[in-house]
Amino acid sequence: MKQEIIIAGFGGQGVLSMGKILAYSGLMEGKEVTWMPSYGPEQRGGTANVTVILSDNPISSPILNQYDVAIILNQPSLDKFESKVKPGGVLIYDGYGIHGEIRRKDINVYRIDAMDAAIEMKNDKVFNMLILGGLLKVEPMVKLENVLLGLKKSLPERRHKLLPMNEAAIKKGMEIIRKM
Amino acid sequence: MAEEIKLMKGNEAIAHAAIRYGTDGYFGYPITPQSEILETLMAETPWEKTGMVVLQAESEVAAINMIYGGAASGKRVMTSSSSPGISLKQEGISYLAGADLPCLIVNVMRGGPGLGTIQPSQADYFQTVKGGGHGDYRLITLAPSSVQEMADFVSLGFDLAFTYANPCMILADGIIGQMMEKVILPPYRKRKTEAEIREESPWAAQGKPKGRKPNIVTSLELDPALMEEKNNRFQAKYRKIEETEVRYEEFHCEDAEYLLLAFGSSARICQKAVELARLEGIRLGLLRPITLWPFPKVIIEAYSHKVKGMLSVELNAGQMVEDVRLAVNGKVKVEHFGRLGGIVFTPDEILVALKEKIITHE
Repeated sequence: MKQEIIIAGFGGQGVLSMGKILAYSGLMEGKEVTWMPSYGPEQRGGTANVTVILSDNPISSPILNQYDVAIILNQPSLDKFESKVKPGGVLIYDGYGIHGEIRRKDINVYRIDAMDAAIEMKNDKVFNMLILGGLLKVEPMVKLENVLLGLKKSLPERRHKLLPMNEAAIKKGMEIIRKM
Repeated sequence: MAEEIKLMKGNEAIAHAAIRYGTDGYFGYPITPQSEILETLMAETPWEKTGMVVLQAESEVAAINMIYGGAASGKRVMTSSSSPGISLKQEGISYLAGADLPCLIVNVMRGGPGLGTIQPSQADYFQTVKGGGHGDYRLITLAPSSVQEMADFVSLGFDLAFTYANPCMILADGIIGQMMEKVILPPYRKRKTEAEIREESPWAAQGKPKGRKPNIVTSLELDPALMEEKNNRFQAKYRKIEETEVRYEEFHCEDAEYLLLAFGSSARICQKAVELARLEGIRLGLLRPITLWPFPKVIIEAYSHKVKGMLSVELNAGQMVEDVRLAVNGKVKVEHFGRLGGIVFTPDEILVALKEKIITHE
């Protein structure tokens, strides 16, 4: 089993850290993982993206032309990656970040209004964990217990008091994602 | 106890491996995409744990000359930089080679020429394996293609450097440096004591005991007869390294009709291209040089009798392809495919290039 995932949005939306938590979750599950970020100027306000691969077998290329799952958090990322989802693959988008329509008919499209939910929870920091919850609902690639272990592993100890809040956000994300 | 599996960037793996190897000193200057090496070393505070010195020098030129000083006293010392910074170090590298000094240099390549871009590239192949600095010297060059190899090549690089009294370079790029993968770090080793250094490196400038001639560490020799003798000795050392230390990896080569050649991150992308080709029924293999110098020319020559064509896939305008062509000496068609300036090819682009440049021209 192999999952090739792109997460793309604005710098500051928690794209890279969400990818990191997913990668750590895969590690906890005993999978092979790679985490390949865009680095440099994109990170500082422009578009940021990260490719995460989780696999039961050794991983060859960290650079891909097509993805099983694309998580799209802003319009430029939709323009860039919509065509790169494998036929039959999954595209998840945040309703707040996308204003154009999704043209592909041969993929499964899901919407998650994570920005609205984050505002409701009065905490914009959990935005990416809401999205992660949505992903896990649609594609349960790692067990929730391993995600929580991965989360713990990827956060420095002084941030461990935030774990319950992040767990709540993941569970909320699982509830609010819907198929389009 | 089994060592814990960790998840980290290639740059971080190098830093952790350096501490665990028992490195005596790191001297460097920050530059993207390898700044995490210095950052991680500073954050780990190894000077409190192993006594390892970590110093941010005032420039790359200062750092490489600190390496010269450390190496001349028999210490395990290393530096790291990215392409423009490595250019600045070239004079020092030539001096290190000219004085038989072992050390480890890491180049996490970015796109050039000039200041270029911070995105990944492999355009420093020529600079690394053909000289870079002046004079007839060679740099033992290791090209890691995974985060695990970033960690493993620290000890391998130091061991080769000390075995042959020669500088060794780890030639990586922005992909391997920035990517996170699983890694098992090597076990901790004790740093060498002064007594051990005196015994293992009797040439080192360690303070002169009474009755012994002074050790002189220099690349300067004004008598041309003696300088020729010194050069002949270097050449004999290089031939010995070429005979002994060639390393490479084969991937689906046993029945290959066509062969890709790629090093470092390109080899990872090529592995996927091989998988895609095999799904289409194309019998494609990959030969990955692990040592770029000494170059695996004997095995490449052997494949020139077995395959119909070779494609050298590099993130540059065609550098290693020249060494591949020298190895096969016209026996089989050899072409190059690359992307430039920080753009990275995808696996399917490689497959398209193979079809266009090799298969359709049979």
